[in-house]
Amino acid sequence: MNATDASGITAADIAEGQEMPALRHPVSATTIVLGALASRDWRPMHHDKDFAVERNGVKNIFINTPNNAAWFERYITDWTGPKGRLGRLRFEMKKSVFPGDEMCFSGVVRKLARDAAGCHWAELELAISVDGEVRTTGRARVAVPADPTDNPWTRKGDRWLP
Amino acid sequence: MSAREPQAGSNATDLPIEALRMIDTPLYEEPGEFPIEMGYVYNTCAAVQNGNPIFWDPAVAEAITGGPIAPPTMMSVWFRPHYWTPGASGERKALQTHFDLKQVLDLPEAVVASNEAVFGEPVRPGDRLTTRQIVRSIGPLKRTKLGIGRFWTIDVETTNQHGEWVGTEIYTMLGYRRPEQ
Repeated sequence: MNATDASGITAADIAEGQEMPALRHPVSATTIVLGALASRDWRPMHHDKDFAVERNGVKNIFINTPNNAAWFERYITDWTGPKGRLGRLRFEMKKSVFPGDEMCFSGVVRKLARDAAGCHWAELELAISVDGEVRTTGRARVAVPADPTDNPWTRKGDRWLP
Repeated sequence: MSAREPQAGSNATDLPIEALRMIDTPLYEEPGEFPIEMGYVYNTCAAVQNGNPIFWDPAVAEAITGGPIAPPTMMSVWFRPHYWTPGASGERKALQTHFDLKQVLDLPEAVVASNEAVFGEPVRPGDRLTTRQIVRSIGPLKRTKLGIGRFWTIDVETTNQHGEWVGTEIYTMLGYRRPEQ
């Protein structure tokens, strides 16, 4: 997403079964260390290869959980635009992502719904794959505007039902 | 607003009294160590190349989110302790209730089975956040691939300085004993 682009999708642009555009990103040691330190995760398996190999028994440092969440958030809001408001995110890191991997994000709209407060929700099924192997699976619930005049970020209290 | 419906009947019947007392009791209510600041927001967005203009363009932030906010998925970031502080000794643990349960249930090993986050009021620079930990359920002893253990679920609820609900993280853990232990 361009940092000055404030446009985005509305509920009318989405259909159940719709695939989100794929996102590919090559992972380096820097990718992993940047993400770990930005999320204040100082544990050595996310920046010290010797520790990861000798103590964790894996081949290298690997992406940490909160940074994985940040990647999913970026993937989702790249698709929705800035008015997309994340309500719920769940994921399971089945296998780690290491330097040298190319992450491929994919997603499908599993359900569209309008809640009792009138908010439009897209339920997403997400995955991060490397060379066709699924490393992380996830589900998200993201609020999208009903039309160009709507803005889920204005919802509070009983009008926000994530 | 809460993140979940009340659960009923999901707890084991053979739990020690110390564990039973922990269920549905808010524990370890703690303020964050510093006010929310945009430096970490930029670091996080840069780390994942998130160009969402609500984090980068003050005019867009004002128009859409009523001013700057932090990415919702940063909720746990604000509560990880500093790596070092003057006078501190020993490792500081972010989810103490989990470690208490491992001890009370005599299950020395543990892994995260799943985690979920539910997001409420946006987090804004200058906010002072508070968390509390609530054990929601402790399951029966089960034989798993890792060993004999139990699944338990802990909510970490976060509020801001206005008492507004900011979000809840829901951690499901497997505490277990390796076969040789």
